[in-house]
Amino acid sequence: MSRAVDLAEQVLDLVGDRADAEVVATEGNLALTRFANSFIHQNVAEVGETVSLRLAVDGRVASARTTSTSVQALGAFVEAALETAALQPVDDDWPGLAPPAAIDSVEHVDDATYDASPGARAELVRAFVDAGSGLLAAGYCQTEGRTEAFANSAGQSVSGRHTSAILDGIHQTGTSAGTAHAASVAIADLDGTAVGELAARRAAESANPFDAKPGDYEVILAPEAVATIAVFLGFYGFNGKMLSEGQSFVELGSRQFDEQFQMWDDVTDSRAMGVPFDTEGTPKGHLDLVVDGVTRGVAHNRKTAKKAGVESTGNSITGSESWGPVPTNVFVGGGTRSVDDLIAGVERGIYVSAFNYCRILDPKTMVVTGLTRNGTFMIENGRITEAVTNMRFTQGFVDALGEGKILGVADDARFADSEFAPGIMYVPTMRLGSWNFTGGAEG
Amino acid sequence: MYEYAEAAVEGALAAGATYADARVVVSKQEGIDVQNQAVQSLDRTEQAGVGVRALIGSSWGFFATADLTRRAATAAGERAAEIARASAVVPGDPIQFADVDVVQATYETPYVEDPFAVSMSEKVDLLVGVTKTMQEVDGIAIATGNLTFYATNKWFVSSQGHRIHQHLVESGGGFDATALGERESQRRSYPQSFGQYETGGYEAVRKWDYAGNAGRIAEEAAALLTADELEEREADLILEGSQLALQIHESVGHAIELDRILGWEAAFAGTSHLELPNLGTFRFGSDLMNITADATLPGALGTFGYDDEGTPAQRVDIVKNGIWLGVLSGRDSAAIAGLPPGGMVRGDGYNRLPMVRMTNVGILPGDSSLEEIIADTEDGVYMATNRSWSIDDKRLNFQFGTEIAWEVKDGKLGRMLKNPTYTGIGPVFWGSLDRLAGGDEWIHWGTPNCGKGQPMQVAHTGHSAAPARFRNVRVGVRG
Repeated sequence: MSRAVDLAEQVLDLVGDRADAEVVATEGNLALTRFANSFIHQNVAEVGETVSLRLAVDGRVASARTTSTSVQALGAFVEAALETAALQPVDDDWPGLAPPAAIDSVEHVDDATYDASPGARAELVRAFVDAGSGLLAAGYCQTEGRTEAFANSAGQSVSGRHTSAILDGIHQTGTSAGTAHAASVAIADLDGTAVGELAARRAAESANPFDAKPGDYEVILAPEAVATIAVFLGFYGFNGKMLSEGQSFVELGSRQFDEQFQMWDDVTDSRAMGVPFDTEGTPKGHLDLVVDGVTRGVAHNRKTAKKAGVESTGNSITGSESWGPVPTNVFVGGGTRSVDDLIAGVERGIYVSAFNYCRILDPKTMVVTGLTRNGTFMIENGRITEAVTNMRFTQGFVDALGEGKILGVADDARFADSEFAPGIMYVPTMRLGSWNFTGGAEG
Repeated sequence: MYEYAEAAVEGALAAGATYADARVVVSKQEGIDVQNQAVQSLDRTEQAGVGVRALIGSSWGFFATADLTRRAATAAGERAAEIARASAVVPGDPIQFADVDVVQATYETPYVEDPFAVSMSEKVDLLVGVTKTMQEVDGIAIATGNLTFYATNKWFVSSQGHRIHQHLVESGGGFDATALGERESQRRSYPQSFGQYETGGYEAVRKWDYAGNAGRIAEEAAALLTADELEEREADLILEGSQLALQIHESVGHAIELDRILGWEAAFAGTSHLELPNLGTFRFGSDLMNITADATLPGALGTFGYDDEGTPAQRVDIVKNGIWLGVLSGRDSAAIAGLPPGGMVRGDGYNRLPMVRMTNVGILPGDSSLEEIIADTEDGVYMATNRSWSIDDKRLNFQFGTEIAWEVKDGKLGRMLKNPTYTGIGPVFWGSLDRLAGGDEWIHWGTPNCGKGQPMQVAHTGHSAAPARFRNVRVGVRG
């Protein structure tokens, strides 16, 4: 029995029959090697255990979390949580505990990554830096290994392990930067040289940029930029709480997107990361969000599902009582054309490697402002011609993916960093018909 | 708890570190979220552990464990040194460390009313009451309120002899009302977006009179649905204090972080348009722009006794009469820049590496008032309460949205305007500052959600600000 499973059962025993209880216990480690100015300057790791407890005493609900997991500390932790719950008003919307149910057998874990050494991360960093041939490098290499266990007093008890390895960085010239990113369940899958070479090539090609005139442009969005769109759609749109409150753009069953647009959530996909159950113990599976441009589903936890009269989709995350459930294993369907082929079709447009500092103006309209970063290029007559300085945009994300506005989807789908979290978005390069740039980053 | 920090430092030194320090952190947090008179979540979080930092050559090694035993702490120190040594695979210049006085001290946040001793029913009743008041206004679909309280004990030990214990208490919260139209949502918040947080006890909640402001906030949210859109144009812009606070945070506070200036954050948070050779001569703004970083301000959210390197809290001039004079620094970054360390290094919990963070970066008060500024404005826009914020990786080009605006005509507030935005370039914008309020309108606004670092860290920062006017600003930008 793993320590996480043992912790979950210990806490459940401590609660006994005094409340309906659900426990999430984790054990594991997180390590991150950070580099800047072409050398490692910050190198960190942590080990630890966490226990999260949510309990309902006659419908009075409270939750608590702790990192102190001695027998004595857990005893005091449980008593305090029970006392807190007893002081609460009854939650009329309390959905009850998840019933016992089997989870998918998938396990996204690699033993060599679970306890990867600082030396292994440093070697990847060295390969990335060396690939720049003298350019100034910055970025990070992260490995994580975690065991998660869930148990509730309704009899649901599940556990799983997962790992991740990420290499992300930039190379910089005096006037530009280029980015590249790789993520996998296994550290052995990361090729530091290849990632470094891509970043270096983007940096070199984007040197000495010019200020493009603001306006509407056709765009080629690299996976990092598409991931940003997908994370906003997921967080603010395909969110059962936002939908029930009337704050989401989602209209189930409506053709809200171009028919080339496909989006789904699926931790059971062999390419995904994470464990196949959520923080309420509900099994996770395949959830269609958009099929052939038609909005088909949203993420639910038990509370939003009860309100909507449907079953939970297993998308409860920590904090989803307030923020709502969100998809965290998102795939955007890839196409069959190469990126070069997409670029070849553009008469005049902008290639965007990544977006930066995107913030939503209104969740209902999905209008977002942000900037481009680390490699922005002018496309003319089917080929990249010049580097462009970073540009600010204000753009409705749903509108940008609307009927007839997706002009091509590439065959290069991969994990891409969405600016907000790596390892949750698996997306391709896309060609979009219109994007509203409102100005250059420097005036 | 000192014994665990000492064991960690000893472990690191024995494993070859040339310098080491460790923090034992024991913290608790209580958060209450209420929506439409129902408790959404009541959450209590406890965190305890030790984090140790070891210096070897050109890199920090850092290791954290929640296992508070001497054996585990010693092993953590050894692991920190091992990690620092592994960094030599990709080496740089050895890290230098600016001198500070070695102190043995204690510090406690002054507070009147322990927020954890206030009954849960009183806190819940307050939030249920304000959400009820907001729901009674026609058009309000969602009314939320929240309170969060933090108590943090830190024991810091360094291999140079520091021994510092701090007990920090922070309190705050807020509420908001959302009105839903057919194709839009409009929101108003109080006291500011994401709530107002301060160092101190429950008095930091009581003083804001939630109940007395809930109705007004809800009525404004509902009225926004039928308000006119702000048109795109150039206008004189008057900012309410909390929006100016965020403007300072984003376009000044992050730009003056020395780790960004030195390139240490280039790949993630970004760099800065500021260059060290221009320190002391670069014109950041108009003569009215006087910015300090002051970790000693009573009640402000970025106030403490000592930073997480043992450097005493202090006040540093950042911009004086519009000229850039100072940075936010730690002992290692200050040594590279040849500056005295500013005591601005903090870590988020026991398990994060301390790094350069804002303290209280704020503008010194002016001699005007909002009323006078409006009366003195012929044709402008008054914007209040942040709704969106975005700025480029050099901290130059920004675009902010606020929840609400009013047109200003011939010295008077006119029509309410919705979806207000403004955009600009930092030093150009600050150069256009020509009126600044003070007195009671100068408030220590708190930002409880400043993200930086990898793994991500969240810091609590303060920003003193008052209403101010900027000339000829591009407003009303949208897609």
